[in-house]
Amino acid sequence: MPRATATPPIRVLIAKPGLDGHDRGAKVVARALRDAGMEVIYAGLRQTPEEIVRAAVEEDVDLIGLSILSGAHMALFPRVLQLLQKEHAGRIPVFAGGIIPDEDARRLKKLGVRAIFGPGTTLEEIVTTARHLARGAA
Amino acid sequence: MTGAKSEPPLARAIVAGDRRALARAISAVENGDPTALPIVRALYPRTGRARVVGLTGPLGVGKSSLVNALVQLVRAEGRTVGVVAVDPSSPFSGGSVLGDRIRLERDAADAGIYFRSMASRGESGGIAATTREVVRLLDAAGFDVVLVETVGSGQVDVAIREVASTSVVVVVPHLGDEVQTLKAGLFEIADVFCVNKADLPGADLARKDLVELVSLGAHRDGWAPPIVLTSALASTGLPELWAAIEKHEAFLDASGRRAELERRRLVHEVVGLVRDRVAADLGERLERDPALRRLLDRVQARAIDPRGAAERLYAGRRRVARRR
Repeated sequence: MPRATATPPIRVLIAKPGLDGHDRGAKVVARALRDAGMEVIYAGLRQTPEEIVRAAVEEDVDLIGLSILSGAHMALFPRVLQLLQKEHAGRIPVFAGGIIPDEDARRLKKLGVRAIFGPGTTLEEIVTTARHLARGAA
Repeated sequence: MTGAKSEPPLARAIVAGDRRALARAISAVENGDPTALPIVRALYPRTGRARVVGLTGPLGVGKSSLVNALVQLVRAEGRTVGVVAVDPSSPFSGGSVLGDRIRLERDAADAGIYFRSMASRGESGGIAATTREVVRLLDAAGFDVVLVETVGSGQVDVAIREVASTSVVVVVPHLGDEVQTLKAGLFEIADVFCVNKADLPGADLARKDLVELVSLGAHRDGWAPPIVLTSALASTGLPELWAAIEKHEAFLDASGRRAELERRRLVHEVVGLVRDRVAADLGERLERDPALRRLLDRVQARAIDPRGAAERLYAGRRRVARRR
């Protein structure tokens, strides 16, 4: 039997906004975060920004991870950030993964996306960053 | 009585329909945070109104899809619905992937639905140790119906009956022969049986096995669990499933069973809470108290047996309690 941990587990929402169906990356990250002791709410494919923000609020997550490979990140990510503000949940850090050109990544970071992971990022790096972001938010 | 003025602000916000307040209170309950206690206590008088329906059954039988279908049906009636969906925590890392939300189809703006994923956090039995209190928060928040989805259950995972007034046991074709249905445990707690994925071959055989079971007397208290064939995929049988659940709820009211069952659940709960408290207390004292350490030494030296030691401890506690 695992004993109750003194610090509650980090809750993280992993979702794929937009219309691409490539969820392998999101699943690999979800699994890695699980293995790092986090509770991962896996919302899956084709989530609208409204659904993502709704889930984040209802699930009271410490962190949101968005995966996107469709190229629509400049439309969808700012919308998620904006809705989080509107729902008074702007303190929840958002990180992103997928195919995001450097120029866009710079702009997204300016808008408030806290970390962006491209191809080749190690799981260790993602887990460490996720933990850091979540604990910083608490 | 708990006056509105003495309610903690979070409790008042929950009653007023504040979703973030509800979400934060649920986390506090899950985490055993001391701030949760006054909230749960203040809201308790407001509970007991929601219909609490449990869906249980082995992994992969379609519980999440059925929950989604029931959510739509309840909303179509104009009633509000809260969902608590439990998935297992890893015995290795303590982490979990909570994937029940993936089946939910909803209008993100619909405030009549609240969906919360929960990790079992080491508890066996199919739900988490704090699921009952989370259900109460949803109840106090005013949801008409609360659906509880258990982890994929095994034969002994029957804790849902401590929480739900109607337990639906979900199976699929080809889970096993009719002798499986005779075995003790999961099949005994069904108020409604649901054979999901009824579009697959073998559904009728599964139904017949359950008919046989029910005819042998699956329940002892005047309710024969109906058997409903559904296909969440083909969208058949779902209104019938909801109707069967409602029929059982009506039976509980008409027969007086609701109060009786609630009483039994509360006895379990209160006894359980005392047991937890005493166990934690004793565990701590066994480490610290030299007299108790000596008692354990004697058990280990085979001078006294464990039951004898327990008797002495219990008698000692009673003396202490009387002195207080």
